[in-house]
Amino acid sequence: MSMVWFLIRRIITGAIVLWLVATGTFFLFFAAIPVATVARNLAGRAASPPVLAQTTRYYGLDKPIIVQYGHFMGKLIHGNLGESFYLQEPVTTIIKQDLPITISVVIGGVLLWLISGLAVGILSATRARSLFDRFATLGVLAGISAPTFVVGELLILFVFVPLNDHGITFIQTGYNPITAGFVPWLGSMILPWITLAIVQAAVYTRLSRGSLLDTLGEDYIRTARSKGLTERRVLYRHAVRAAMTPVVSQLGIDVGALLGGVLVVEQVFGLHGLGYQVVNAIPQGDQPVVIGLVILAAAFVVAANIIVDMSYAALDPRVRIT
Amino acid sequence: MTDSLTGQAINDVPADMSDDTLVRVDNLVKYFPVRGTGMISRTVAHVQAVDGVSLTIKRGKTLGLVGETGCGKSTLARCIAGLIPATKGKVYFEGNDITNLSRNAMRPYRREIQMIFQDPYGALNPRRRVGSIIGEPFAIHKTETGQERKRAVQGLMERVGLNPEHYNRFPAEFSGGQRQRIGVARALALRPKLIICDEPVSALDVSIQAQVLNLLADLQDDFGLSYLFIAHDLEVVRHVSDSVTVMYLGRVAESGPGDQVYEHPRHPYSAALLSAAPAADPDSAAARQRIILTGDVPSPINPPTGCRFHPRCPKAQDLCATSEPALEAKAGDPTTHLAACHFPVETGENLARAGRREQQL
Amino acid sequence: MSVTEVQFQAARVEDAPAIAIQGRSQWQLTWRRLRSDKVAVGSIVVIFLVIIFALAAPLIAHLTGHPVNTAYTGIGENASGNPVGPGVHGFPLGTDQIGRDLLVRIAYGARISLFVGLLTTALATIAGVSLGLVAGYFGGVVDAILARFFDAALAFPFIILALALASVFSPSLAIVIGVITFFSWAGISRIVRGQTLSLKEKEYIEAAKSLGAGPMRIMFIDILPNLLGPVLVLSTLYIPAAVTFEATLSFLGIGIPEPAPSWGNILSEAQQFYHVAWWYVVFPAAALLITTLAFNLLGDGIRDAIDPRTERIFAGGKASRGKRGRRRNKDGGLSLDQAIVVGQQGDQTLDISRQPDVGGLDI
Repeated sequence: MSMVWFLIRRIITGAIVLWLVATGTFFLFFAAIPVATVARNLAGRAASPPVLAQTTRYYGLDKPIIVQYGHFMGKLIHGNLGESFYLQEPVTTIIKQDLPITISVVIGGVLLWLISGLAVGILSATRARSLFDRFATLGVLAGISAPTFVVGELLILFVFVPLNDHGITFIQTGYNPITAGFVPWLGSMILPWITLAIVQAAVYTRLSRGSLLDTLGEDYIRTARSKGLTERRVLYRHAVRAAMTPVVSQLGIDVGALLGGVLVVEQVFGLHGLGYQVVNAIPQGDQPVVIGLVILAAAFVVAANIIVDMSYAALDPRVRIT
Repeated sequence: MTDSLTGQAINDVPADMSDDTLVRVDNLVKYFPVRGTGMISRTVAHVQAVDGVSLTIKRGKTLGLVGETGCGKSTLARCIAGLIPATKGKVYFEGNDITNLSRNAMRPYRREIQMIFQDPYGALNPRRRVGSIIGEPFAIHKTETGQERKRAVQGLMERVGLNPEHYNRFPAEFSGGQRQRIGVARALALRPKLIICDEPVSALDVSIQAQVLNLLADLQDDFGLSYLFIAHDLEVVRHVSDSVTVMYLGRVAESGPGDQVYEHPRHPYSAALLSAAPAADPDSAAARQRIILTGDVPSPINPPTGCRFHPRCPKAQDLCATSEPALEAKAGDPTTHLAACHFPVETGENLARAGRREQQL
Repeated sequence: MSVTEVQFQAARVEDAPAIAIQGRSQWQLTWRRLRSDKVAVGSIVVIFLVIIFALAAPLIAHLTGHPVNTAYTGIGENASGNPVGPGVHGFPLGTDQIGRDLLVRIAYGARISLFVGLLTTALATIAGVSLGLVAGYFGGVVDAILARFFDAALAFPFIILALALASVFSPSLAIVIGVITFFSWAGISRIVRGQTLSLKEKEYIEAAKSLGAGPMRIMFIDILPNLLGPVLVLSTLYIPAAVTFEATLSFLGIGIPEPAPSWGNILSEAQQFYHVAWWYVVFPAAALLITTLAFNLLGDGIRDAIDPRTERIFAGGKASRGKRGRRRNKDGGLSLDQAIVVGQQGDQTLDISRQPDVGGLDI
């Protein structure tokens, strides 16, 4: 029962955060700069006066701030994020089109980083100071230091190019929708996934290794061993579960990193997902796209945090009363 | 008259503008709120740490304060020193009301009232040099600076028996006893009138204890200091104190001149404490009969009704559970020797027998 | 014998002599340990070299004869208009797609990276320590508000903020510094707050109060020196994170604007030329990797030097043996890892243990 209440409380908090973000976004884009600039931003820098006037009317920019705010929030609640003038399409349409790409990248990347990070971390911890551990540690250090885009570019340079030169076209840049075939899709996703995963896997390896080592040093683990439980059982039923709590809490923080990683990966590999859209919208001055995607990103962060919190509460019952 | 809050009878304290009273504590009360769990924490109960304590400290004299752990003596000391705000009651220093003053108003009194703490390892900041620690009072109150300060600090170090050349060392390089001396030097810097010693020797070896106690005695003579000496070791307290106050569960059980209380304890609790104190002579120890206290140690959140000691008292009777005994002098005692008991211990009465009788039933 | 009698005997007994070593401060001991750690010393040397490289950028431009923004379309490009390789026509590391000397641009890029990395970390440290101290020391309402603020700032995806700001105001160095600083201080604050919460219960803090010390004095003279260890480690680890973040922002086009060279925006342009100009990718990437790796190793090394009980990730110096346990050191303070744990738990007593991470930044 407490889990349900917990979920409800988290949703309420999340809604408040979203509202705050929307308000902040409104403030930044509409209120912090002069009206003329706003109009120009929304209509495009090359807009002609009639277009500017039309934009001003559409967004109600000549009205008082409070009214504008009302319009903004009203539109938001109805899912209207305005229109990209560059692409001449409603932002929501753009989102619908590009979402599958981003989702492919995200899910694959996250799974890969979690699985490899935890696996290497657990193995390292159980074989502390072995050769495996030392190599893993080296890998971790390298991984932590490298920015995602550097990894991506190096992968392209040293994996994609040589493979291509030798006629192996499995791995590709650009996106192949899954509807066109699973293998091409996989081929276009592998390098992006690895890129997204490497840096984070390194972080999670270190984290899970450290956490597991700490947990294994606890007295209750010693008790379990002395009761005669097999090492495997001790490990997987007791130690790992307890050691996972810091990993889960780090996940909540890393949602932000995930977004950044997605942006970068889509750029490097030419994947026209949402990240690509928003980054390209900036030099073009296409603000409706930016606004829409910023709010979408915030919604994603809130949702992800709720999920993470629920997982955390499932692992550690003490949290449920907060 | 009775105290309106606690219902405890108090005897009238003479108007204290007499010259030799340095500190007067008047019915001090300190409750700590106990917060319930939940999103909005409400106060569900109070820890009645100090529940109506009055005492006086005379100039140049030492008041010993004894009691078991949890009786509120440390809390009381901190209320007097102004480190914890009092819930009710008053503290007077040289006739001035210093209860719950603001930090600024309290500032001048901080020069007069100092503290020495129990833990020689915790009372000094490990990252600061000893010279800086001892010199801090000068820095805070902006008295000596620079070379003068250094000289003053080194003078203090010498006075307490430390080598002034160790001015730049860290606390970690000193033994426990030396660290306490550092604490004493720090307390002494601004020539206070009152030093509150919160179990200053409890953490030290016996031989070192003696040295530190000697030092404190010397300083008292040289500087005319008054001490509020808190301890749970009765022998130590007897040695240093002019007068003694025994506390139990937030209240005063007995108080009076040291000799009086030690030779003729009137409160059964004091008597029990004294019987439990280790005697160094094995023969007298064997001959002495311990008074065993029965019953549970009560909680300060929910103290017993009436006399707080009654559940464990070998002499307790029905009256004790219902009525709060007044703190007053008992028949035949000097007016300075007060006890809060309905059935005080008579001279020569053997409580051990009373206790054993209880157990046979 | 009663205490009274012991006293007469004891009066002549000397106290145990003070340890006959010189008063070495914590910092001197840390420095000695650090000096003997080969990996850490190596990192310091590398960082030093990078700094020299950055400072020498104008000198390098002078020596090669190629100013940083000059495009040598003639000799700097080959027949098909692509960049030329290392060593060709006097370009030590080759050129970029409009014929600018890559080595010179990388050197100037080093200036930006180091400047941003060091400045933002310094600002974040000052802000973070101050706010963390205030939150931890005063507690109550102040702490409740500030702690929420720290948590929110930590979970916030700053890339979004950078995007939004760049969209409204056009990318600039000021935005980069602002966003990165804003990101970094919260992590430091949280740890400082945690440490302060536990330190303020110590008796010597009570002693300071009884002497009449005010909050400012207690925070900065009594508490702060006990915090400097974890803060130093964290700051050193934040530098490469800041460098990485700047590079990423520049890569995405929302950081340092062209034509000023940043390792990030160089690599952004290099994307289109990887199949014809490997040097365009490899050299800036190497510079970035070397710098961040060196700072990370140094941070690890400092952490070990301050608190040798923690287990080294990459034991290059005196590797520490022994189990990791929740041991307290002699002063009753927490070991460095525990300190960072406490910081991240705040005042909750959840049984988490984790190593510090500059979470949310490795993008």
